[in-house]
Amino acid sequence: MKAALTAASALAVLSLSAAATAQPPPPHAEDAVHGHQLFMADGCYQCHGTVGQGGSAAPRIAPDPLPAEAIAAYIRKPAGQMPPYSPKVLNDADIADIHAYLATIRKPDVDVGKRLGGGRN
Amino acid sequence: MQDDSNPSARKPSEIGRRTLFTAVAAGGAVSLANALSASAQTGPAQAASREMLKPRTAPTGAPSAAAMQAETAPPPASEVFEARSGSDYMVDVIKALDLGYVATLPGSSFRGLHESLIDYGGNAKPELLTCLHEEISVAFAHGYAKIAGKPMGVFLHSVVGLQHASMAIYNAWCDRVPIVMFVGNTLDSAKRREGIEWYHTALDNGAIVRDFVKWDAQPTSLEDFNEALLRAYGLAVTQPAAPVLISVDTELQEAPIPVGKRPVPRLTLPTQPVGDPAALAKAAAMLAKAEHPVIVVDRMVRTPEGMAHLVELAETLQCPVIDKRGRLNMPSSHYLNQSENARGLIKSADVILGLELTDPWGVVNTLLDRIERVERHTAAPGVKLITLSTHDLLIHSNFQDFERYQPSDLAITGDAEATAPYLIEAVKQALPKGQQAAMQARSDKFRAAHADTRRRAYEEAAYGWDASPVTTARLCAEIWPLIKDSDWAFVGANSSFQSFWPQKLWDFDKPYQYAGGSGGAGLGYGAPAAVGAALAHREHGRLVVNIQGDGELMCAPGSLWTAVHHKIPLLTVMHNNRAYHQEMMHIQRMADRHERGVASAHIGTAIDSPFIDYSKLADSMGMWAAGPITDPNELGAALKKAIDVVKRGEPALVDVVCQPR
Repeated sequence: MKAALTAASALAVLSLSAAATAQPPPPHAEDAVHGHQLFMADGCYQCHGTVGQGGSAAPRIAPDPLPAEAIAAYIRKPAGQMPPYSPKVLNDADIADIHAYLATIRKPDVDVGKRLGGGRN
Repeated sequence: MQDDSNPSARKPSEIGRRTLFTAVAAGGAVSLANALSASAQTGPAQAASREMLKPRTAPTGAPSAAAMQAETAPPPASEVFEARSGSDYMVDVIKALDLGYVATLPGSSFRGLHESLIDYGGNAKPELLTCLHEEISVAFAHGYAKIAGKPMGVFLHSVVGLQHASMAIYNAWCDRVPIVMFVGNTLDSAKRREGIEWYHTALDNGAIVRDFVKWDAQPTSLEDFNEALLRAYGLAVTQPAAPVLISVDTELQEAPIPVGKRPVPRLTLPTQPVGDPAALAKAAAMLAKAEHPVIVVDRMVRTPEGMAHLVELAETLQCPVIDKRGRLNMPSSHYLNQSENARGLIKSADVILGLELTDPWGVVNTLLDRIERVERHTAAPGVKLITLSTHDLLIHSNFQDFERYQPSDLAITGDAEATAPYLIEAVKQALPKGQQAAMQARSDKFRAAHADTRRRAYEEAAYGWDASPVTTARLCAEIWPLIKDSDWAFVGANSSFQSFWPQKLWDFDKPYQYAGGSGGAGLGYGAPAAVGAALAHREHGRLVVNIQGDGELMCAPGSLWTAVHHKIPLLTVMHNNRAYHQEMMHIQRMADRHERGVASAHIGTAIDSPFIDYSKLADSMGMWAAGPITDPNELGAALKKAIDVVKRGEPALVDVVCQPR
């Protein structure tokens, strides 16, 4: 998991320049719906959570997912503990739809620190 | 209690059988005849018995009148009453240990001990606790010991009960937790009733679990039992602590107490092993010179003093602490607790001090789960590793819980908690003068990092806030405001299954607020260990919470009944992800490796069709329960009601359908 986190972080740095120069088009709704189905059926949620929030098994991947190309590259050849997904299992179009789903996820408007009464000192 | 040293104070029926056994063991018919003549029993049946047992010689003529009577009299009547048996004496010895409680699922091989404990012993100190599986009994004692700071007793049925218990014993062994276990047995084959008593007897019960207990014994006399139990207790609680097993012969339990003065039980507890002063001075010099020292601690702290010493050591060095959470070692609210930043700290460390590490190799290395398992070093080249531990004092050959061998630059054998005061003094002496500025710089850096970790935790917890199934972050965030103003404790299994959200969002600052996981990662620990821990917390009036995995609960669901039956207040919050999630990820990994897709990964791993209704399960055992809750916005109200129940002294359960982790 920690190896996966680092890989994801490195990937994020590498992809920053591409993201800065070309904003991805907004996802099509039908692609996102299909992507959500794939996200659940292909078990992405088992490690990343149903809304990509992450956990001890894998890092957060939404909202604001990495560019689709970066995600596709990582899925094929992950650097950490994540198992690789071959095109036989998840083709490029499916990955694009999963990305479309992740792109629809928004950060909830909640202040957890405030709700916890200030939390820790 | 009765004075056993004066035979004349005993009723006649107490003397016969045991005296007989002793005499036979001592050497045959002459001793036996003497023993019988010493007996106060003079009834006709006993007289006939004596006659029958006299040494026989070849007949020389007409039988004597006595011989005729012996031949024609009815068979000797069995004794039907005895005032006290060996098991009473055993209870006297057990009471000398201050065990507090004995957990058990009843079994005939220790019926004598069972009855003596509840009647002769008054079912107090120790009190017998009813469990519904031997795995529960041992896990219950496991959880209790880590909070109470002392062992619980466990009675186990010969062979079958011990085998049921074996997984839980292995967990306690791996977790280095003391438990004093008793297993019944019928050594004398002539005393076993036909049928089942043979199935429930072993030549050597200890052999079943000898690989993962610290010591076991099979005493053959009450004096032997006395010494064996005192020795076992001392061994169990001396670091490295571990379970011990005493096999208790049924004849020894049920036969009358033999005549003669027995030694009064006197328990001598050894001190804990402390590290070599010269080695500590060397370690202190290495730490004092280091620019980026890091403390990694796993299973060190047992007491508030131990936690205070760890804090003092860290503050003296202004050294970050990575708590591996085998116990609650470092307060989560202390700025030097940098557990969430472990990766970067290990990578930049020049000296690492490992305290009671269970896996030193894993601190500075990792192995990727690939077809070819790739080893990666996670620490900087040239990093110096110091270990202070009792870990290697207790490893056996068969089970590989000792983890991979890791060379150290300085390996100090000693109990880290007991040694810490001496190490602190050595560090204070070794630190060069004029380090205030450097120390202040470290302090500032780690205070900032700690504050940033907190900020990030709050931010991360917000993601998926309204998701259904409920996120584990939301679950923990809903619990905290309801417990934080109480004297609370978090019990149960390893919180990695909740992505360590409790540690990220709650303030842990007392060692009893968390006690680590199972040790051996054997399923079935969490629920019974939580109830056992809650029992230890009960006398302090603490509000106790367990976040309970669903798959694990079903290994030991009867734990809930024990909590109700013995009125042990505990809030169980189900982390119900409806799967053996860890295993589902493993199956996905295999399916991906074979390029077969993961569509079938739920087979054999999901707990669905039907879903289990845990609130009904708890309700069936008399426990207040709510759920299943799928809407996170309904969670807070349900938890509040449940906590009201727990504060009244009862257990309660809230079933929450959750994200996998």
